[in-house]
Amino acid sequence: MKALRNYIDKIKPNVEEGGKFHYLRSTFEAFETFLFVPRTVTKKGSHIRDAIDLKRTMFMVVIALIPALLFGMWNVGYQHNLSIGVDATLMSNFFYGFWLVVPIIIVSYVVGLGTEFVFAQIRGHEVNEGFLVSGFLIPLIVPVTTPLWMVAVATIFAVIIGKEVFGGTGMNIMNPALIARAFLFFAYPSNMSGDKVWIADKADAFSGATPLGQLMTATDKIELPSVADAFFGFIPGSVGETSTFAILLGAIILLWTGIASWRVMFSVFVGGFAMGLLFNAVGANHYMNDVPAYYHLILGGFAFGAVFMATDPVSAAQTNTGKYIYGLLIGIMAVLIRVLNPAYPEGMMLAILLLNVFAPLIDHYVVQANIKRRIKRAKLIAVNH
Amino acid sequence: MSEIIKIKKGLLIKLQGEADRTVSELRSTKYALKPTDFIGVFPKLKVKEGDKVKAGSPVFFDKYRENIQFTSPVSGTITEIKRGAKRVLLEIRIEADDKNEYVDFGAANPISLNREAITEKLLQSGLWSCIRQRPYSTIADPTQNPKAIFISGFDNGPLAVDYDFILHGKGEVFQAGLNALAKLSSGKLHLNLHALDTQTRVLLNAKNVEINLFKGKYPASLVGTQIAALDPINKGEVVWTVNVQDVLIIGNLFLKGHYDADKLFAIAGSEVLKPHYVKAKKGVCIQELISGNVSKKNNRYISGNPLTGTKIESNGYLSYYHNQLSVIPEGDHSQFIGWITPNLNKFSFYRSLFSWFTPNKTYQLDTNLNGGVRAFVMTGQFEKVFPFDIYPMQLIKAILSRDIDAMENLGIYEIDAEDFALIEFISTSKIEIQSVVADGLEFLRKEMS
Repeated sequence: MKALRNYIDKIKPNVEEGGKFHYLRSTFEAFETFLFVPRTVTKKGSHIRDAIDLKRTMFMVVIALIPALLFGMWNVGYQHNLSIGVDATLMSNFFYGFWLVVPIIIVSYVVGLGTEFVFAQIRGHEVNEGFLVSGFLIPLIVPVTTPLWMVAVATIFAVIIGKEVFGGTGMNIMNPALIARAFLFFAYPSNMSGDKVWIADKADAFSGATPLGQLMTATDKIELPSVADAFFGFIPGSVGETSTFAILLGAIILLWTGIASWRVMFSVFVGGFAMGLLFNAVGANHYMNDVPAYYHLILGGFAFGAVFMATDPVSAAQTNTGKYIYGLLIGIMAVLIRVLNPAYPEGMMLAILLLNVFAPLIDHYVVQANIKRRIKRAKLIAVNH
Repeated sequence: MSEIIKIKKGLLIKLQGEADRTVSELRSTKYALKPTDFIGVFPKLKVKEGDKVKAGSPVFFDKYRENIQFTSPVSGTITEIKRGAKRVLLEIRIEADDKNEYVDFGAANPISLNREAITEKLLQSGLWSCIRQRPYSTIADPTQNPKAIFISGFDNGPLAVDYDFILHGKGEVFQAGLNALAKLSSGKLHLNLHALDTQTRVLLNAKNVEINLFKGKYPASLVGTQIAALDPINKGEVVWTVNVQDVLIIGNLFLKGHYDADKLFAIAGSEVLKPHYVKAKKGVCIQELISGNVSKKNNRYISGNPLTGTKIESNGYLSYYHNQLSVIPEGDHSQFIGWITPNLNKFSFYRSLFSWFTPNKTYQLDTNLNGGVRAFVMTGQFEKVFPFDIYPMQLIKAILSRDIDAMENLGIYEIDAEDFALIEFISTSKIEIQSVVADGLEFLRKEMS
């Protein structure tokens, strides 16, 4: 590694102030800090620092996403072979999906990071690690049949409108990956919903609708997938969302490392389940009668949204109390949209985006309570004196 | 004695090189007073280079509060007046002679003195500067009657001194200091001790004070944490704080009638060959302290502890309020893909690394930032090490945006920069939060005056 270090030190002057390629400074720094944690030392304040940094934090999230990704790749192959009636091996299912999903990941990363680099370059900032996660999330929340150019356009839109216009990672209001998903959903609806998009190269005779899609259009009692199929994810859907089991493996990593807030995750599930129970109790139509509340938690993007999207620290509520409220409302809204809105079979994306917008308001009221307590304490003492 | 107050939030950072409980004595000839140790003081010199001073002779005073003066810890000669950019006074260096001459302020039993007489003696001797106030951590205003006075009787910061050890056999002096301080406020004089670790009778049997017992990780020993738990500061209120070793110095003033600047300093840290205690006077030069007793690496010398202390040079001087010299390695080396390697030798608050596997391990931490500076991304982390009824992130943002109303509402009067040291340590974003808070407090103080 010494040779690499020396080489970097040798070419570094070229990108520094006054160097030949000084305009590439941000890009150079991004690669340098990727290879080497810099030699920067503390100046004042706390002279020692925790070994954590944002790169490691973001990388842990990527690790947590891997079970969902691997399962998703396999499921792409499995659904394809199921639709054409072929009984394929584990590995052939996996590699069928692998070759379809990897290009989406590459496009998402190359296009997204490219956009980030350009912005960092223009602003003279360091490149932020936020997109390491966003770039991994985007391929997991789109149908496997999404054309690559759409992924590229959506990614650019998400990075620029979802993040950079607000000032970059940490400043954005909404979750960038979900912005990409919403952009695709509203700009190219025929590629993002219906029963044609979820299974790659599907046989025409085979119904490829997601269970939620079937539920939305059903006028009669429908056959739901078994709990095991829904929980383990042997159903059509976006690449990474189908297996609640794989998602929960990721959740364990995120909760154990403390990167994701258990308050948010837990309350999203509670909110969704409570709303499901309420609809079961009302029982006004087939949907409300025939779908037990817990099905909402294992179908569609609910679990994926609860574990990986709602917990995004930047766009979620920031206070601990606020996180409970934020999570509960996401769960409630997601099921509400699923059951009552006739146009959208899946409510998770819109519920999270909506609550992203309201998170600062929730925090505002939580913080106000603290402020009132402080003012009251001061008054109480003033009265006693 | 009331019930034990448990501080649940916090973090113990165990560093290598804790000081052994042995004492050596250092009679150095080099001392300095550093006006930069005193927040909000605009120094005006009373001496010039070449002047002779005794221990207790005034060296400089505050331009805006002329009765607040700062006196020489030793008898000797003013050798150099060091200024920095814009002629800011940095150091007034004093070379000690071997005469040990003291200015005599007259011994007196504080119990028989009234508040005015005690204040006068402290102001004359320059030892009023041992009493600081919250908010702002400036030197207390002698005309004010504080709500209460707080003394933290233990320190569980990294490499901290053991007050039990320091106070051994000094019960009479300590009590004299407490008796003097008790007269300065119509409110309580709080002496805050550790429920398990405090063993010495000097502390446990102290009279004329309200003893409170605390339990918990650092920052339970910070006086700010204790104030928040016992009697939080509201807008318009003022409390005073005094360090244990300064109580001894004040006690000696009344018992002996002169300024005895002797303190016990811990010389600690992984780069110290023989970490131990040194008896020396305030403002001592560290050159002799470290000679032959530190590793030959590129080291960071810190007056105070590694979380809240001040960086000094290897020939610098210990600061006025600090009880320890910490020596740790500089971290000016880069680490290949260090953001993904396991880093078993590094300490972390988080479970993304592995130090939680080995809770009793002591660490040799260096000064590397361990990453790059980023915007705030993670939330909910600061709250875990911040034992205040305050939203730290929101307060930091209010400070950054210089929004005075928001700062007041969110509790800025209750805190000091050092209360944010752990937050700064664990911050994923590597932002210099103590500086942000200190700047915010200074901004507020200037706006309010």
